[in-house]
Amino acid sequence: MENFKKLTKQPLFLPIFCMILVLLINLIKSPAFFSIKIQDGVLFGRLIDILNRGSEIAILAVGQTLVVAVSAGTDISVGSVMSLSACSCCMLLAGYGNNSVNELMVPMGIGMLFGVLMGGVCGAMNGALVSKLKIQPMVATLILFTAARAIGLLLCNNQITYIRYEPYKYLGNFLPGCPIPTPVFVAALVILIVTILLKKTALGLYIQSVGINSRAARISGINSDVICFICYLVCGICAGIAGIVASSRIYSADSNNIGLNYELDAILAVALGGNSLGGGKFNLAGSIIGAYTIQAITTTLLAMGVSTDKAPVFKAIIVIIIVVVQAPAFKAYMAARKAQKAHIKEAA
Amino acid sequence: MKKRIVAGMLVSLMAASMVACGGASDTASTDTTSDTAAAETTEDAGSDDAAASGDLITVGFAQVGHESDWRTASTNSVQAAFSEENGYDLQFVDCDNDSATQIEAVRQFIQDDVDYIVIDPIVSTGWDTVLTECEDAGIPVIVIDRTIDDSDKYVSWVGSEFMNEGLAAGTWLKDYAAAKGISDLNILVIEGSNGSSAQIGRTDGFKKIADAEGWTILDSQDGDFTQDGGQQVMESYCKSYEGKFNVVVCQNDNEAFGAMDAMKAAGVSYGVDKDVILISFDACKAGLEYVESGDINADFMCYPLQGEYCADIVQQLESGATVAKQTFMTEPWYVAEDILSSITYTNNAGEEVTEDLVVVTDAASQASY
Repeated sequence: MENFKKLTKQPLFLPIFCMILVLLINLIKSPAFFSIKIQDGVLFGRLIDILNRGSEIAILAVGQTLVVAVSAGTDISVGSVMSLSACSCCMLLAGYGNNSVNELMVPMGIGMLFGVLMGGVCGAMNGALVSKLKIQPMVATLILFTAARAIGLLLCNNQITYIRYEPYKYLGNFLPGCPIPTPVFVAALVILIVTILLKKTALGLYIQSVGINSRAARISGINSDVICFICYLVCGICAGIAGIVASSRIYSADSNNIGLNYELDAILAVALGGNSLGGGKFNLAGSIIGAYTIQAITTTLLAMGVSTDKAPVFKAIIVIIIVVVQAPAFKAYMAARKAQKAHIKEAA
Repeated sequence: MKKRIVAGMLVSLMAASMVACGGASDTASTDTTSDTAAAETTEDAGSDDAAASGDLITVGFAQVGHESDWRTASTNSVQAAFSEENGYDLQFVDCDNDSATQIEAVRQFIQDDVDYIVIDPIVSTGWDTVLTECEDAGIPVIVIDRTIDDSDKYVSWVGSEFMNEGLAAGTWLKDYAAAKGISDLNILVIEGSNGSSAQIGRTDGFKKIADAEGWTILDSQDGDFTQDGGQQVMESYCKSYEGKFNVVVCQNDNEAFGAMDAMKAAGVSYGVDKDVILISFDACKAGLEYVESGDINADFMCYPLQGEYCADIVQQLESGATVAKQTFMTEPWYVAEDILSSITYTNNAGEEVTEDLVVVTDAASQASY
């Protein structure tokens, strides 16, 4: 019992619990959900789908966690920035005005780097607005939320730009001869780099201090503005990477649909990960588990063939349950009930 | 000093962004103001000879937005049909999928006293008031593509009969299966955005044939008309119905592209004489290229070029003729093989029609949008 209590006190307990809850529903409904096999030389199964399709949200969640921690606000532009980075990449690869090419105008790496760079530029702009000009994060990022997608559309000359060049598909699908989908590696790499950055340098600590009290942090010698700026920059770069992955999946830049509503999923992932949206302390692992939980819900609904008009309702119900279980007020209520029960027992 | 510089920079930035954001929609309004200014000056001058611009028929066009290649093709066709060379002065407003903007645009057209208004309504309801205003102002309204349900104060509607597209797809599958000797059809459908008229028409039309023939529709899920959506739904289908399906119906080409990738990854073969018969709608250029290469078995076109039809209606109205309340555009059906030459079915209007099937050639796919 004591051990169990200790376990429930772990910061990662609830996110993992929610994940297991979603998977449990599948286990009861149909165990075939968990079958994984090799088909056509690649891994094939719904769990692989979750890992694969959840990559973009996981990458976004990494950046979003830092932004939430440092500024107690959310970056709502990430979905649009994804679209912009995909469009800039494809525009550069295809050449302006071409809507379908078989050969690239510039080496693929340069195009992709350019896309990520555009994400970085967007992040830097958000960061400057929030850290230097002290604009509310939601208002500051609202600018790119509206503008980035439209700029992407202009870059692609109002059409979907296709890159029908085999290696361009690798990033979003499979590398030849590799059974694991490439996005999984990309997500893992992003998570690894950011984790090293947070653990091996004092950056993680700085971010928490700034998030808890930015003035106190500054007085104690941390350059709060720079730390805040860095977080938004990282968030922008993450959005850029996610955009390139999403674009590679469909080997095109569909400016209207890439990253559509992903900002909400990214914020939800942070919340599901047990992070306070009020900033300060944060838990990167929680957010990442949260991201894969969201994808697990989507995959579950697809697997169950939930009629499409009802799917959002089910998703909402699951999210409400998860969020309520994690709410401090709910936890306090449960604790009070427990204490009351113990009290009655004692009295008897 | 520093503050002043910053302020100056901010102001110039804002000004620049206004210019940059202007784009399509603002040019229209600036054009309008200059046009009205021009009109006023001519009136003031009281010149008898109609100015050169007076010979042009002014048309206001409130377009939905720019969400797909199909929409772009539709916009381009209207712009081409109402070009200055053809004797028109077109005021184009891109409403960015915002119905309030669209109604505002129509009111602006009334104020500018255009000769005709063309609307592709974003939503199907809430039009009666503004269409009454158009009627009072004596401006005929032509509706294209999407429909208006709560008002009949427009002169004509031009668009696609989505129900017939679905019926044609079903009939083609029936005849094709008979010709190929396939008796057992197990069908998966990837639907379009839920509630859109294209999704409703194509689903209902196809289902009508499927029910009559006793086919099994294993599942029908929403792919949101996007490539990513189609891919994701198909990935799931490949697991749920492994080896149990032999027909996949995608309600637009983008979904079909995604579905093909998903099937390829799962090792399912599709297309002409393969495990799975693939049916798609829209027939855009890239889609027809896949039909030509035999990856898609049949593609049912949703014709986006309403421009010519609109121009026809305007010309008829100009000459004082009456026009039909509804015009359904002729839509070709494209197939990969020539084993069937035509299909016969009862269309939504209750008439039995025989329509030709077009085998896709290089020229046909290049001519598409």
